[in-house]
Amino acid sequence: MAVETPLKGNIGDSIKRKEDDRFIRGKGNYLDDVSLPGMLHMAINRSPFAHARIKSINTAAAQAVPGVVAVVTGELLAQHKLAWMPTLSGDTQAVLATDKVRFQGQEVACVIANDPYVARDAAALIEVDYDVLQAVVTPQQALKPGAPLIRDEKEGQKDNHIYHWEAGDKAKTDAAFSKADKVVKLDTFYPRCHPSPLETCGIVADVNPATGHATLYMTSQAPHAHRTLFAIVAGLPEQNIRIISPDIGGGFGNKVPIYPGYVVATAASLLIGKPVKWVEDRSENLISTGFARDYYMSGELALRNDGRMLGLRVKMLSDNGAFYADAQPSKFRAGLFHIVTGSYDLPAAHVETDGAYTNKAPGGVAYRCSFRVTEASYLIERLVESAALEMNMDPTEIRLKNFIKPEQFPYMSATGFEYDSGDYPRAMQVALDKLGYKELRKEQAEKRKKGELMGIGVASFTEVVGAGPGKDYDIVGLRMFDSAELRVHPTGKAILKLGVKSQGQGHETTFAQIVTEELGIPAADIEVQEGDTDNTPYGLGTYASRSTPVGGAATAMVSRKLRDKAKKIAAHLLEASEADIEFDHGKFFVRGSPSKSKTIQDVAFAAYTNLPDGLEAGLEGVTYYDPPNMTYPFGTYLVVVDIDRGTGQVKVRRMVAVDDCGVRINPMIVEGQIHGGLTEGFGIAFMELITFDEEGNCIGSNFTDYLLPTSWETPKFEMGETVTPSPHHPIGAKGVGESATVGSPAAFVNAVIDAVGHLGIRNIDMPVTSDKVWAALNEKGAAE
Amino acid sequence: MGQPITVTVNGEKRSAEVEPRLLLVHFLRENLRLTGTHIGCDTTHCGACTVLVDGTPVKSCTMLAVQADGEQVTTVEALAAGGTLHPIQAAFKQEHGLQCGFCTPGMMLTSISLLQDKPDPTDDEIRWALSGNICRCTGYMNIVKAVKSAAVQMKAAAAVPAATAAARS
Repeated sequence: MAVETPLKGNIGDSIKRKEDDRFIRGKGNYLDDVSLPGMLHMAINRSPFAHARIKSINTAAAQAVPGVVAVVTGELLAQHKLAWMPTLSGDTQAVLATDKVRFQGQEVACVIANDPYVARDAAALIEVDYDVLQAVVTPQQALKPGAPLIRDEKEGQKDNHIYHWEAGDKAKTDAAFSKADKVVKLDTFYPRCHPSPLETCGIVADVNPATGHATLYMTSQAPHAHRTLFAIVAGLPEQNIRIISPDIGGGFGNKVPIYPGYVVATAASLLIGKPVKWVEDRSENLISTGFARDYYMSGELALRNDGRMLGLRVKMLSDNGAFYADAQPSKFRAGLFHIVTGSYDLPAAHVETDGAYTNKAPGGVAYRCSFRVTEASYLIERLVESAALEMNMDPTEIRLKNFIKPEQFPYMSATGFEYDSGDYPRAMQVALDKLGYKELRKEQAEKRKKGELMGIGVASFTEVVGAGPGKDYDIVGLRMFDSAELRVHPTGKAILKLGVKSQGQGHETTFAQIVTEELGIPAADIEVQEGDTDNTPYGLGTYASRSTPVGGAATAMVSRKLRDKAKKIAAHLLEASEADIEFDHGKFFVRGSPSKSKTIQDVAFAAYTNLPDGLEAGLEGVTYYDPPNMTYPFGTYLVVVDIDRGTGQVKVRRMVAVDDCGVRINPMIVEGQIHGGLTEGFGIAFMELITFDEEGNCIGSNFTDYLLPTSWETPKFEMGETVTPSPHHPIGAKGVGESATVGSPAAFVNAVIDAVGHLGIRNIDMPVTSDKVWAALNEKGAAE
Repeated sequence: MGQPITVTVNGEKRSAEVEPRLLLVHFLRENLRLTGTHIGCDTTHCGACTVLVDGTPVKSCTMLAVQADGEQVTTVEALAAGGTLHPIQAAFKQEHGLQCGFCTPGMMLTSISLLQDKPDPTDDEIRWALSGNICRCTGYMNIVKAVKSAAVQMKAAAAVPAATAAARS
């Protein structure tokens, strides 16, 4: 039997994940696994109403429950100037409500007790007298004259309008439309959904009353930024705050914001002098923490008769909930929504966006996406589908005709993005070949003759990930760079410490591989550490697929920094001039005589034992990497569906996903990321919905109502790839975590519309459920 | 007032006085500090808290500790008994059947139960058996692969003693 040589872990090696060993044994350390001596437990009393004035809060019964240590109200927090906190979008958010409640599930009071069951019992005994007000549940209602004012506490806030923001060139776009042969319009709603990581959010706050040191174990995708925000919000000296983000059971954007529960638990620990744990239950997670999307979008495409696109006009209205707490760079009020020109060479585009307050939970996080890129990608890919139908063109033909061509890169888009690299026609061709597109079109035509509904959906997405550059992109002013610190020990083993934080993406493996590629140290010999602010360099964290583009680049650069120093040491060991030293896969040698060499391990030992004169000891370094540009992953997704006329049920028969995320560091992990992203995209397209009744009651507050895809519904995916390296990334990688969730919803919905478009149906908003499909068919007299 | 219970957890008898309302998952996680069993939804949907009660997968967030009195409970911590990985653990790692790891213990225990009933399951049988366990990261494809791969390993392991016995006779 042949013995396989174990892979060293170079770039391109699908080595098995280092982190798995603890997870498969049940030895992960997630937030709820943290238990400290003397730890107390917190439970939250939440508003049952979407909009109501608080007349009084009576905590006597709660306080009388044996085991209750304290009851915290907004009034108490106000005495410490903590009743309100800043949001990631420069607004304010109530920590505990003092004046009004503004959404169902809003935090009103907290009980701290010696047992979690007791804390919950007591929280239910808090009596709040409410004066119920009219709830505003859509942004359209919110912006009507005379609508109830939600943010009446904000000075100068006269209505429910939050922002108006534009991108692109209006005059140029208007001119393009005036020259158009045809204008195609699509109004669509990307409904509110929720990232719903399987682990909810939580904190164990441990403030030492003697020293003032606060150790905060938190489900945090951005521990360093959170440390700074805590210093600002709670007024704690930053050197006394240590945030430890342990193993995270999925994040998908949900663990980017700071939530009221974190702040109250920390304040309670400070005031009581004991550790306080708060872990959300699932309903709390769904009704109060970072939702996603909730965008009403209206797009118009100006076209020539031959299908060439001339211009794009977009109006968007965003439902931001009761507090503007979107997680996004401060310059961009609607995130990166203006990437809405997608994969197409659009000479002119204009985007107008507005945001409104409603009596719904705040959040606006990027559910596996970069700051509203998903909504943008969905709109343009759906709009192109509409255009293909209206122009009677094949959806692949209209795309090919309008793609940005490979030779046009770097490409400056009409809304100001500089696309780094791409080959869109090739990705599409790989996908079409893999699917057998032409044959399926024939089958579709045959089926249509028989009255059967079959559809082929196409989406050729381009997205944008890897924020910074820091001059343009920030989170509450903190520039979006990221960091890597590498320490090579005397025995040639290494520790890599990062400012980003994995939530399942496999950083402990992927980032070790970058060091392996650059320095030749086997991945097995490299320990990767993240999440502890005392022990890792400052970084902005993991979301928006930025870890590989930014943290990965920092890792490559710090490795190169160490390699340069190692060369000096190798020259000393080889008694040669540094200029003559070459490096290849972990070996240093004098040019021309590779047989006489020193390994990186030899050099590491010498760095502590045998140095040339004048060189500092050690082989350690740190790099803060500010990317020159973002990266632009792309791909083509194809979906085949069959629809039952009798029930409206959509069955996904096949799905082909061709992704180009530049250089793949660990192809196994990349494919796994895409599988997961496609599944979340499938869930959003067909199942996941958080909606509200007229009174603002949240429907979608548990997994009975908020449907996530299981193994039974989830389709099987057929994968393909092209590789177009990013020209500005040190190893040519682009980031991949979110691509599939960004690109796939349009492919799924386009497949449905492709099946029913000939009946005159142009749009069915997500989630595309059987009842909606049947109703649309029925309206056209096509249901059975 | 506590109610006395004795539960055999991972082969060891564990006695305690518990509140009648204490959930089995909290008994395992808090009283016994077996934190490999996770809590994902509180409503029996997600399966992160799945354990085996007398060999049958049970969502331990929806069973009271007192109901487990006298029963045999198996959690993820028992799978690598003696330090050797159970074939399902090895297969989940080998086939990249996990990412964040939060659903993994429940997924593996449900899979073990399936493989006991059906040593050679089809894709559909695996997908149906696991449909009460939600994974937000993997999209299930590699989980299905892992279960199939574990099935092969387990059958081979079961065949070895039989073959050895046959050779001896």
